[in-house]
Amino acid sequence: MKVELRGIHKYFGVNHANDDITLTIPSGTIQGILGENGAGKSTLMKILSGFIHADSGEVLLDGKSVVIESPAVAIHDGIGMLHQDPLDFPPMRVIDNFMLGQKGGLFPNRVRAARDLRRLQKEFDFDIDPENYVDSLTVGERQQLEIMRLLYLGARVFILDEPTTGISAAQKDKLFETLKKFREQAITVIFVSHKLEDVEKLCDQVAVLRQGKLVGAMDKPFNQKKLVEMMFGKEVPLGTKQTVCQDRTVLNLDRVSIEGMRLKIKDIDFHICEGEVVGLAGMEGSGQDLFLRACAGLIRTVGGVVKVNDRDLTGKSYHTYKKHGVEFLPAARLEQALAPGLTLAEHFILAEKQTGVFINHERGRRLAEERIKTFNIKGAPVSPVESLSGGNQQRTLLSLLRHPLSLVLVEHPTRGLDIESVVYIWGKLKERCKQGAAIVFMSSDLDEILQYSDRVLVFYNGRISHPFDANKTNVQQLGELIGGKGWDE
Amino acid sequence: METALILTGLGSVFFASAPIVFAVIGETIAERAGVINLSINGMILLSAMGGFVVSFQTGSLFAGFLTGALIGALVAFIVAFSSITLKQSQVAVGFVLALTCRDLAYFLGNDYMGKGGPRLPAWDLPVLSDIPIVGPIFFHQDLITYISFLMIFLSWLWIFRTRPGLMLQGIGERPASAYVRGANVNLMRYAYTVLGGAIAGLAGPAYSLSVKAGWNGTISGLDGFGWIALAITIFGGWNPLRGAFGAYLFGLLQWLGLVLQPSLPNVPSQVLQVAPFPLMILTLFLVNIGSTEWVERTLAAMPESSRRFLTRALRALRASPPASLGVPFERE
Repeated sequence: MKVELRGIHKYFGVNHANDDITLTIPSGTIQGILGENGAGKSTLMKILSGFIHADSGEVLLDGKSVVIESPAVAIHDGIGMLHQDPLDFPPMRVIDNFMLGQKGGLFPNRVRAARDLRRLQKEFDFDIDPENYVDSLTVGERQQLEIMRLLYLGARVFILDEPTTGISAAQKDKLFETLKKFREQAITVIFVSHKLEDVEKLCDQVAVLRQGKLVGAMDKPFNQKKLVEMMFGKEVPLGTKQTVCQDRTVLNLDRVSIEGMRLKIKDIDFHICEGEVVGLAGMEGSGQDLFLRACAGLIRTVGGVVKVNDRDLTGKSYHTYKKHGVEFLPAARLEQALAPGLTLAEHFILAEKQTGVFINHERGRRLAEERIKTFNIKGAPVSPVESLSGGNQQRTLLSLLRHPLSLVLVEHPTRGLDIESVVYIWGKLKERCKQGAAIVFMSSDLDEILQYSDRVLVFYNGRISHPFDANKTNVQQLGELIGGKGWDE
Repeated sequence: METALILTGLGSVFFASAPIVFAVIGETIAERAGVINLSINGMILLSAMGGFVVSFQTGSLFAGFLTGALIGALVAFIVAFSSITLKQSQVAVGFVLALTCRDLAYFLGNDYMGKGGPRLPAWDLPVLSDIPIVGPIFFHQDLITYISFLMIFLSWLWIFRTRPGLMLQGIGERPASAYVRGANVNLMRYAYTVLGGAIAGLAGPAYSLSVKAGWNGTISGLDGFGWIALAITIFGGWNPLRGAFGAYLFGLLQWLGLVLQPSLPNVPSQVLQVAPFPLMILTLFLVNIGSTEWVERTLAAMPESSRRFLTRALRALRASPPASLGVPFERE
């Protein structure tokens, strides 16, 4: 289906979120939409999928002008949107999710729906049990379910909003394969992302948005430097790697075992030196999260000895670890690391040493202003943290870290962030390394792991590889290990 | 003789539990849509009084039941309006309504206290009532009890087997997703809250025109039914079948308390009266045991085949509330 956008304008108050956007996407094309957070990508996609209405402008599908009143109308017209957090019903069964919203008689035919779902799964080589509950699926599988559902409802245009965030590398490959199959069926795909590599790998043409305006378009082959320039208006260095490994060991694990709900990791031997960065690779849920939490003292180890700065901290609480200079930054920034409802200033007051009974608001404001400046946070001292973008929340978290630190444990340091923030965050983290802190981080982005770590550990189903030198390994080798190949029995 | 007595006793459990069944089903439907109607305790008293008075004045039992349903619908509409349109706290509004309706029932019903009025006659269903064992338990009842049976089945069928019912589940779980799939979330919430209120409203006349005919003000013995129904809705995991099971279990426990009293002279009668409540809590605990961490840990250590089975069984038992229960829906 051919999609044409003509002169789309959208204002939010004084903010001109979409400024005269005109874009033509031929049938069967994979169109990338690039842009920083806040560039207007989401607004444009929400207009196209019926969530919000444009102030002016026109949408044409196969040359026919359409008015998209609501998401239900959008899917009726053939436009399906896959949201970053799939809009499904987690506590309900897969088959019910699949059927929900389909038109038909009073009593839906479960047997037929299950058969149709199986047929679709076969076509795309997916494997989801129709009787399973959606909350036991991974984000990648939930995406697959949504894709099949939208396809079944007759979607001829797919809008995907940051679909590669939070899914494993294998699932990403499968997703791309599926989208390429769509091309053969003349289904149009609009792929919204800020990940250059994904866009380069997948898309036929790319449009770049900046501050609400369409600032450029490019066909294959893409010029990465030029795309970055269009996105940010200036060139951003992609970060350099350096090793400042010294001899002092910060963290030492000696035959440590960890038991999670579904997973056991046995006999871990591991150490990390001052200034070193270790990346943890693996599919989501292979044990990296357990490993990080055990290093932070958040979960109790079952056997072995954990030493931080040569002090035995086995079985001690998170607070003891904190006292010895260990900090943990979880992936769920807003839920687990920040306090939604409190402002930036209040966060800085809370992080300070507590003196007296009454809050010194003046001091909080001053602290906040200073940190906002040094950490380049887009927000005011009175902004509630939940109003900040993901990148700015992560900057806030970094600005809350104490000095000095021995060990920083980070889950998905740059998940869902735009490139500028990624570079900035890693700059700040590397700065910490130079000051003597060691960093252990997990990421589903192999390029990030290879680029920033000195050593890499691969996790697979509760097993841990020996450490690889990041300079001497490559995506291929790590990818195979992540997928379960090359582990001796 | 002894058997016949037990069968009649069991039959009376189903008869006496009909009001709670209506209340549980009505509440289940409203909560499935995401609205907690906390007013039902007071609302049931008001509908019991109203249903009795109308029936007393007009001589029509049908008018009495209709009044009960209308009162339930009206009170539910107030809850819906304040929570969906005015976006007020459902808990606060419901609670205040529960108290207001109760006092209103006592005040307005004062003149009719203790008056003898119409009562729904027993009606043995032909053929079915002659079946041994089943007949005396289920089919020597009156019309409203049969309707309560039917209501359990119909509401279950609607929620779990029909297309609109599937959407109803969706609206309570994640209104944003339901909206994307074409539902008019707020209109549906209005509709189901009012419908649930009407069904729960039948609980009043089912009591004052059937179970214990008449209106006796504060000593009617009806105060508290609504609160129990709210608890049983949770116990029932927002499923009418399980909810009805909970209502009957509660009725059975109460009946046992009465029956066992003579044969357990050493146990104070208060213990037997109160026993149903902790027993209900214990059941609630057992039902939800699957979500505790230690159970999950134990399960993780078991061999794959039995673990899969047990996990699924516990998952099916576990009752998690509709995720958006009590949360107003706003599209962007």
